[in-house]
Amino acid sequence: MPKREDINKVMVIGSGPIIIGQAAEFDYSGSQACRALKEEGLEVVLVNSNPATIMTDENMADRVYIEPLTVDSIIEILKKENPDGLIPTLGGQIALNLAIDLAETNILEDLNVELLGTPIETIEKAEDRNTFKELMNEIGEPILDSKIAKNIEQAAEIAADIGYPVIVRPAYTMGGTGGGVADNLEELKEITARGFKHSLIGQVLIEKSIKGWKEIEYEVMRDKNDNCIVVCNMENFDPVGVHTGDSIVIAPSQTLTDKEYQMFRSSALKIIRALGIEGGCNVQYALDPESFQYYIIEVNPRVSRSSALASKATGYPIAKVSARIALGYSLDEIDNAITGKTTACFEPALDYVVFKIPRWPFDKFHYADRDLGTQMKATGEVMAIERNLEASMLKAVRSLEIGRYGFYLEEFRKLSDQEIKDFLYEADDNRLFVIAEALRRGFTVEEVHQITEISTFFLYKMKNIIDLENSLAASKDELNKNQELLLKAKEKGFSDSEIALLTEKTEEEIKNLRDQLQLKPVFKMVDTCAAEFEAETPYYYSSYEKVNEAQPTDKKKVMVIGSGPIRIGQGIEFDYCSVHSAWTLNEEGYESIIVNNNPETVSTDFDTSDRLYFEPLTKEDIMHIIENEKPEGVICQFGGQTAVNLAEPLAEAGVEILGTSVDSIDLAEDRDRFIGLLNELDIPAPQGEVAASLQEAEKIAAEIGYPVLVRPSYVLGGRAMEVVYEKKELEEYMQNAVKVSPDRPVLVDKYLTGTEIEIDAISDGETVIVPGIMEHVERAGVHSGDSIAVYPPHRLSEELKEKAVEYTEKISRALNVKGVVNIQYVVSDGEIYVIEVNPRSSRTIPYLSKVTGVPMVDLATKALLGRKLKDLGWESGMVPEKEHVAVKVPVFSFSKLTQVDTNLGPEMKSTGEVLGLAETYEKALYKGLIGAGLEIPREGTILATIADKDKAEAIDYIKDFAELGFQIAATEGTAAALKKKGLKVDIVKKLGEGSPDSLELISDDQIDLVINTLTKGKVPERDGFKIRRSAVEMGIPCLTSLDTTQAMLKVLKEIEHGERIEYKALQDYQK
Amino acid sequence: MKKAKLVLEEGSIFTGELFGAEKESAGEIVFNTSMTGYQEILTDPSYKGEIVCMTYPLIGNYGINEDDFESFKSHVNGFIVKEFAEEPENWRLKKKLERYLKENGITAISGIDTRALTKILRQEGTMRGIITTENSNDKELIEKAKKAPGLSGRDLVSQVSRKEVEKYGAGNKYRVVLVDCGAKDNIKNSLLARNCEVIMVPASTSVKKILDYSPDGVMVSNGPGDPEDADYVAETIAELLGEVPIFGICLGHQLLGRACGAETYKLKFGHRGANHPVKDLSTNRVYITSQNHGFAIKEESLAELDLELTHINVNDKTVEGFRHQKYPAFSVQYHPEASPGPEDSHYLFDQFVELMR
Repeated sequence: MPKREDINKVMVIGSGPIIIGQAAEFDYSGSQACRALKEEGLEVVLVNSNPATIMTDENMADRVYIEPLTVDSIIEILKKENPDGLIPTLGGQIALNLAIDLAETNILEDLNVELLGTPIETIEKAEDRNTFKELMNEIGEPILDSKIAKNIEQAAEIAADIGYPVIVRPAYTMGGTGGGVADNLEELKEITARGFKHSLIGQVLIEKSIKGWKEIEYEVMRDKNDNCIVVCNMENFDPVGVHTGDSIVIAPSQTLTDKEYQMFRSSALKIIRALGIEGGCNVQYALDPESFQYYIIEVNPRVSRSSALASKATGYPIAKVSARIALGYSLDEIDNAITGKTTACFEPALDYVVFKIPRWPFDKFHYADRDLGTQMKATGEVMAIERNLEASMLKAVRSLEIGRYGFYLEEFRKLSDQEIKDFLYEADDNRLFVIAEALRRGFTVEEVHQITEISTFFLYKMKNIIDLENSLAASKDELNKNQELLLKAKEKGFSDSEIALLTEKTEEEIKNLRDQLQLKPVFKMVDTCAAEFEAETPYYYSSYEKVNEAQPTDKKKVMVIGSGPIRIGQGIEFDYCSVHSAWTLNEEGYESIIVNNNPETVSTDFDTSDRLYFEPLTKEDIMHIIENEKPEGVICQFGGQTAVNLAEPLAEAGVEILGTSVDSIDLAEDRDRFIGLLNELDIPAPQGEVAASLQEAEKIAAEIGYPVLVRPSYVLGGRAMEVVYEKKELEEYMQNAVKVSPDRPVLVDKYLTGTEIEIDAISDGETVIVPGIMEHVERAGVHSGDSIAVYPPHRLSEELKEKAVEYTEKISRALNVKGVVNIQYVVSDGEIYVIEVNPRSSRTIPYLSKVTGVPMVDLATKALLGRKLKDLGWESGMVPEKEHVAVKVPVFSFSKLTQVDTNLGPEMKSTGEVLGLAETYEKALYKGLIGAGLEIPREGTILATIADKDKAEAIDYIKDFAELGFQIAATEGTAAALKKKGLKVDIVKKLGEGSPDSLELISDDQIDLVINTLTKGKVPERDGFKIRRSAVEMGIPCLTSLDTTQAMLKVLKEIEHGERIEYKALQDYQK
Repeated sequence: MKKAKLVLEEGSIFTGELFGAEKESAGEIVFNTSMTGYQEILTDPSYKGEIVCMTYPLIGNYGINEDDFESFKSHVNGFIVKEFAEEPENWRLKKKLERYLKENGITAISGIDTRALTKILRQEGTMRGIITTENSNDKELIEKAKKAPGLSGRDLVSQVSRKEVEKYGAGNKYRVVLVDCGAKDNIKNSLLARNCEVIMVPASTSVKKILDYSPDGVMVSNGPGDPEDADYVAETIAELLGEVPIFGICLGHQLLGRACGAETYKLKFGHRGANHPVKDLSTNRVYITSQNHGFAIKEESLAELDLELTHINVNDKTVEGFRHQKYPAFSVQYHPEASPGPEDSHYLFDQFVELMR
C-alpha cells in the first residue's frame, strides 16, 4: 500500500520536559519522525514545550510550537493550523494521554483531523486495564489478575485456584502496608488476617506471585497490511519486581531457548494484531524460570524508552519506520536505511551483546531512598556494545561516569560479609558492585542466585570478571610475561586503569605494555543483519577482535565528544549542542565523528554524524578511536562537563583540542588563577577565600560577614554547595557535609542576595557575540538550572546590561575563548559581580538559540574551526533584544524520589525544563508554569509557613493572594504576623501539637497552594520537609521561593484581568 | 584448551580453540544468523556436509535439552562459534553444549572472529574448509581445505534419509506419506498436530510403494546437498503429480520444481537464519521465515512451466514458493515448521490439509 495522497499536513505532539520516566528518548523519536515526514514532502507542525530538544529546532518542522502540552493549547493550535492528520504515538505517555483527551472532545471530528498510525480505539484498549484484560482473555493471552477476598475462607479459595505462591495486598491502605507473599495456606492465613486489619475497607487483593520470574521484553512493529515483525527482544538482568526503566537490560535475550523465544514472539504478534497497532509497540513479559508459563506485564502501544534502546541496539530506526507506517506505507515498502539494500520488513540479527545500565540521581540526592522497585528513579541510561557479555557489562559500567572503571571498589571491600549479604537482598543502584564484592569474597554463584534470583548465567559472567581480577592481581609482578592474561582481560572489557589498580601499576604503565604488545581493539559495525548484507552505515563499537571494519576515510575529520547519560545537571541540552556541532562540521566540509554512549539521544542516531562510535567516554576508550581515525581535532565544549573533563587528559596525550585552550579552561576553573584574572581585568567578584580547616573557614566568614556560600573546591556544578547563615551552620557543614581537610579545601564566598543573570556568548578570541541576557526570577543561591529564567531581562537597567556585556567581552578575550562561554553574574546593590565562568556550552544554549534566532552552536563550531566571526557577518556586542519574552521554567521529578527535599538551593534538583513564549512577561510566565505542569489554583486555600527572615517580604504577597479571594491558613508565627497586617487567617497546628495539623490538611486535600520557605538544614525530620514532601505526594503546588511566589501572583492577576492566551509558532516570532 | 585452526580454501586461516570432538573435520563452510536455536540447527539433517558458523557470538547459553532435537543426532560437519557458554542456564537444560558435541563426535572451534569469517563468506561465497589441530604449515593446510568435500556430486540425501519405514499417529484422519530426504522432526509433528497419520519413508521409496499406502497426501521434506544429486526423488515426484496432493519444503521444494522441469542453482552464500522476509504474492503479506538452503530454483526456468510463482524473498527476490497450476501441489523454499525460527508460516500446513480434504 503506497503512501496516502490525502494527507498533506501532519501534526506531531512531543513529550514535553524531561522527567524521570520520560527522558531524551522522545526527542530521538520525535526528531526521527519529523525528518521522515518532511522527507515525504509533508508539511509538519510540531508542538512541544521542551526547548532543549532538537525536534523543536526551526528546521525540524515547518511550524514549531514551543507551547504547553495541554488539551487547551493543542485545540487552539489545531484550529489555527488545520492539519490533515495527527500523530500522537511518538511523544511518550504525555502525547498519548493528550490524544485520548482530545478524542473525548470531538474536536478531531469537528476539524476533520485524522489520528494517524495506531487508532484511538487501540490506544484506549491497551491503556484501559479492564478492556485490555477482556481482550487478552479473548485471545487467550495470560495476564496477572487480582481477585478480591473479604474473608480468610475466600482468600484460601482464591489462592488454591491460582496456585501458590500468592501476593496478598490489603485494599486501600497507605503505602501498601500489611501485605506479603504467602507460600502456603498457613502463611496465607497469617498474612490475610493482618491484611484485613490494615485495609480501610476490610478487603485484600490476591494475585499470583511472580517474584523472581524472568522479565523479557519484545519490541514489535505492525503495518496496515498486517505485516508484523520483532525488532528486538531483551532480557532483564534483574528478575520481575524492578521497574524496567530501572533494570539492567541485555539484548538480545540470553537464556531463552528458541522455543521460548518463538513462544513470546508469537504471543507479541498476536497481541499487536488483536489490538490493531500500526507502528511500534512494546510488550513486557514475566516468565517462570522453571516452566513455559508466562504473563503479560504491560503493553505500550507507542514508541517508548525500550524502543529507543532497541533502535540503538539493533540499528533499526523504529520511530522513523513508525512515522512512515502512519502515512500508509507497509513495512516492505520502506527501505532499511542501514543496509540501503534491504527493506524494513525483516528482523534484525545481532552479532554482539548489548548491555544497558540505568543512571540514577543518587549522587545528587543523598537522602533519597535508593531501593529499586516499581517506581522508576533513573534519570537516564547508558548502553554498551561488545562481542561478549563481560566486556559489554564493563564498558557500560565505565560509561556511567560514577567514578568507577570496573568492579573493584574499596568502599565495598570495607563492609562485613553480613552487610554484603544484607545488601544483596535489596536491589539498589549498587547492585552490580555488591554482587561483584560478594563473589570476590567467595559467596558462590548459587548463594547469590538464591538471594537475588538473578539468573546464574549472568552471575557466572560476573564471576568470570572476578576470576580475571584475581588472576591479574596474582600475576602483578610478571604481567609483561603473561601476554595471554592481559589479552584475555582486555577481551573481557577490563580498562587499563582497572588492570593498573589490580596489578599495582599506573594506567600509563599498562598502556605502554599494551603498546609494546600491540594490543589494541578493532572496531566492528552495527548493521542489523550480522554481516549477511553489505551495510552502508558507519555505526561502530570497539572489540578486541581480529579484523577492523572501521577503515578511516581520507577526508579531513573532527570528533565531537558527547555528553553521556542524562543526569541531573547534564541533560538533553548537551546532546542538542553535540548534534548541531556535527551538522556544522559537515557544512564546513569536515567528516564528523560522534562518540557517545546514551541510547536515548539524537546524537547516537546512525545518520546524525558521518561516523558514530558507541563507546564509553573515558580517555582510554576515546584514544583508541582517535588512533584509528586520526582526526584533525576534538571538540570538547559541547558535551557538558563530561567532555570538558576529557579536554586535559586528551591534550596531554597529544590530541588537538579545538576551541578554548585547556589552559584557559583551567584558568576559569582554578579559583586562585581566576580571581587573579578578574582583578587584572578590574571585574568584581564576591569576596571569598579558600579554607583548609574549620578555623580558617570561620575566620573568613567572620571577615566577609554572613551569610556565606560554601562549597568543596574539588567538585563542580553546585554539588554540596550551601548557603550558610551563621557560625553553627558553618560548623555543621564543614564537619558533616564535606569533611574539610587540607587536600580537600572548601571555598567560602560572600553570599550576595541579588538578581542573578546569565550570559552565553560566542567568541573567536576577538569578536564576542552576546545573543542575549537571561535574568533569573529566583535570587542568587538557587542553582541556575533550577531557576526560572527570563529573556530579555525585565528588571535590569540598560546601564547594567551594558556592563554585563562589557565584562563578558573582556573575560572572553582574556580567556581567548574560541567557541562558547557561559558566565553567571549577580547584581547586588547596583553592582555586577561575576560568580562563575564556564568555558563550555551551557544548558541555556538551545533555548537561547531558538528565542534569539542566533545559531549559537553553529557559530561556535565555525569559530573553533578557525573561522572569524567578523567574516561571517557578526560583530561584538549584544544582539538587539527581541520583542517577545521567553521564560524558562524548570521541571522537577520529586514525586518519583521519596525522601528528597523539594526546597531549592545551590544544588541542582530539576530534571528538565519548559519554555513559555509570549508577547509579555506575564503571559510567557503563565505559559511556562502551565507547561511545567504546575496547577495554578484560581481559588481556594493557601497554607503559609514562612521563615522569620522572609516574613516581612512574604506578607505583602500573601495579602495580594487574599485580595484575589484566596483563604489563608498559616502556622502560628506566620499567622500572627499576618494578623498584625489585618488579614483573616486560620491557624494551623504545628506537627505533633494536635489536630488538625498542616499535614492533615494537605492530605485531606483542603489546601490548594503551599508557600513554605526554608528555615535551615535539610534533614528529613524537620516539619518543613514533611510539609513539602506531602504537598509533592498530593500533587499540590508548593512554592519555596518568594520570587517564584511573586511571579505566580503576577500571573494570577493577569488571568484575573481575563487576558487571552495566544499560541504562535517559532517561525512567526522570527519574522 | 587445545589450539585449533579454521582454514578456508581461499587461504584465510583463523586460530581458535577446539571445544568439541578431537578430530579434524572438513566440509563446506556456511553461516547462520539465528540468535537462538543452535540445538535445532545442530540436529537438522539438511546441514549434512556443512561446517556451520553461528554469527551470534554467544552460543550454548541455555545448554542442550531433551525436547528440541530435530533428529536423533547432530549432522553438521563442524561448528564454529565466537564463544560457547561454560555455565549455561535454562530449566530444561540436560547437558552443556560442549559435552553434547563431544558425545556426537562433532568438531567445534571457538574464539573465532565469526563476523570477519561471515564477511569473507558473504563476499567470496560459501567455500570449503577444515577445522584442524594439525600443526603443519599453512600451505599444506590450505591445500587440505581445498580438497574438503563440497556439497555437489554426492548423494547426501541417502546418508541422512531413514532406512526403514516409520509410522506415527495411526488412526488419524489424513494419511500423509512423508518422503524423508533428511526431514526435521517438526515437519512430522506439525502434521500430527493436524490430525494426520504420518508414514515416513526412505527417499528412495518407489512410486508404487508410496501409492500402496493409499495416502491422502505426500510431503517431500527438507534435506542436504545439491538437488541435482537427488533427482531420483524428483522422478518419483513427477509420477506422483496429479495422483495425490503434494507439499514440498526446502529441498522438497527444489525437487518438486525439478520434477516439473524447473532448474536449480547454487546461491552465493545461501539463506540460513530466522529473519528472512518472504512475500506471499497473492496477498502481498510478508512473513518472516526460517531458512536453511544453499540452492534455489531459477526463476526464469519457471516461465514455460505449469508452475505459478507464489512467494518471493523480499531481500534478494529469489523464488521462495510456487504452486502447480494443474495439480494439487505446492512448495516453499523456507521452513513453515520453524524450529528454530518464527512460527508465522504454520498456516501452510493447514493449506496442505485443505488440499487433502
